[in-house]
Amino acid sequence: MSATDRPLPTPTGDSEAFWRACKKEMLTAQRCADCGRLQFYPRRYCTSCLSERLEWSTLSGRGKVYSHSTVFRALSPAFQKDIPYIVAVVELAEGLRMMTQIVECAPEAVFVGMPVEVTFDHVSDEIALPKFRRAEAKQP
Amino acid sequence: MKDPSGRAAIVGIGRTEGPRTPGVNSLQLHAEVARKAILDAGLKLADIDGVLTAGCDEPTYCEEVAHSAVLSEYMGLKPRFTYTIDLGTPVFAKMVEVAATAISAGLCRTVLLACAEPTVSRASRTQAVEKMTAFGHPEFELPYGVSIPAFYALIARRHMHEYGTTGAQMARVAVAMRRHAGLNPWARFRDPITVEDVLASPMIADPLHRLDCSITTDGGAALVVTSLDHARDLPHQPIVYLGAGQGYSHEHLVAAPSLTSFAAVESGRDAFRMAGLKTGDVDIAFLYDNFTIAVISQLEDLGFCGAGEGGAFVEAGHIDLGGRIPVNPNGGLLSEAHPGRPGGIFHLTEAVAQLRGACGERQVRDAETALVHGVGGIMSNHATVILARA
Ligand SMILES: [Zn+2]
Repeated sequence: MSATDRPLPTPTGDSEAFWRACKKEMLTAQRCADCGRLQFYPRRYCTSCLSERLEWSTLSGRGKVYSHSTVFRALSPAFQKDIPYIVAVVELAEGLRMMTQIVECAPEAVFVGMPVEVTFDHVSDEIALPKFRRAEAKQP
Repeated sequence: MKDPSGRAAIVGIGRTEGPRTPGVNSLQLHAEVARKAILDAGLKLADIDGVLTAGCDEPTYCEEVAHSAVLSEYMGLKPRFTYTIDLGTPVFAKMVEVAATAISAGLCRTVLLACAEPTVSRASRTQAVEKMTAFGHPEFELPYGVSIPAFYALIARRHMHEYGTTGAQMARVAVAMRRHAGLNPWARFRDPITVEDVLASPMIADPLHRLDCSITTDGGAALVVTSLDHARDLPHQPIVYLGAGQGYSHEHLVAAPSLTSFAAVESGRDAFRMAGLKTGDVDIAFLYDNFTIAVISQLEDLGFCGAGEGGAFVEAGHIDLGGRIPVNPNGGLLSEAHPGRPGGIFHLTEAVAQLRGACGERQVRDAETALVHGVGGIMSNHATVILARA
């Protein structure tokens, strides 16, 4: 990998299934069969009760921007050509938070609480990165 | 074992005096500041029987060897208690706690602790900045291009959202640090700046501007800690260890339980409890100012003001020299020096110098008690130490 290549995830035994699902454009998380808690990012055991009975659960892919920042100076050359880009913490409808990018959105348009939905960026043959774009707020 | 609170004291300090240390490697720089600290304490090599370091960034000296042992050999020290502590940037505060605890437990009598790096001189400034800002979960953060300033920007944005904190309030932290640095001949940047200057500096990661971010320099420091009984026989007024705490809530921001309150809460609470003091008893606070928002967050979490009040607190001038609780009279990581891992150790040496009353123009008047707080990761790992003049 050269310094100008974007870093890509290398799936581990913990995360293989997550990345396989992303490839199929499904956002998933582990749910503990013993205590019922959802966890992100994937691990070998439940971080609430140490259970190893973790099952994959498909998420809605919808959520809200919890916080965001537009990066104007990429400190890694790999992201130089992308600036300005919006990084964000998204809180999913299921309560989990993810680090991500907000795409298809002008930097001045993003706001905390903005409803978003997942979209997958197929960055290599193996990897599709879950990113988020603005979603129309559903009518109550 | 006896309670270590009040049983050990800092008796020697040695530090680099300026932003650049060309022509020396990491080991030599460690030895240089260590030598100064031992001499400052009025001690000899044979008096040092404990050595603590935090490792180094030069593979020659750090792969497959114990860094504290390499430094000991290089200096001619033969410690019976030595560790290289791998704890990231709050390590300086933890080293004081470990030294004081080991001394109280009778494991050793006098500990040298050191942390130094020729961060900028070794590499280019660009490489140094890249190294200092490469951080993140390899699968769930790094692929999104979240630089360290961007992680802190996410924290700042959420603080603004929840509490109405403003960019101008954050900028006010940088203004205070620069004003203090102006009184410190060793500081990298000494010319005064205004809130407008900070807000007009280039945007790095919205809402953080360049002047909201700490600087990059060489440097490091060493301290000598010994038993309070022994300290009373040495040249300087002993600076007594009163208490310490540590807190940890996450490593990567993706796993942080909150973006507006961090484990400084637990770290500070335990340090105050051990010292038997309250925030109101502290005369100077040394906070980890890697970004302006971090200072606002620590002021709140350590209890110097309420949750969400940090911005207004700073704006009112309370952290300035002469203010309610002067913060980093040396100018901090924002204006004085920041060599990476050793950055916070200048907060310790300055705390000792301030409590000795030896800081000239930037002396906090009648300073008797200081709190020193370190942060590692993205507000992840916290360590607090409370010191007082004997
Ligand atoms: Zn569980």
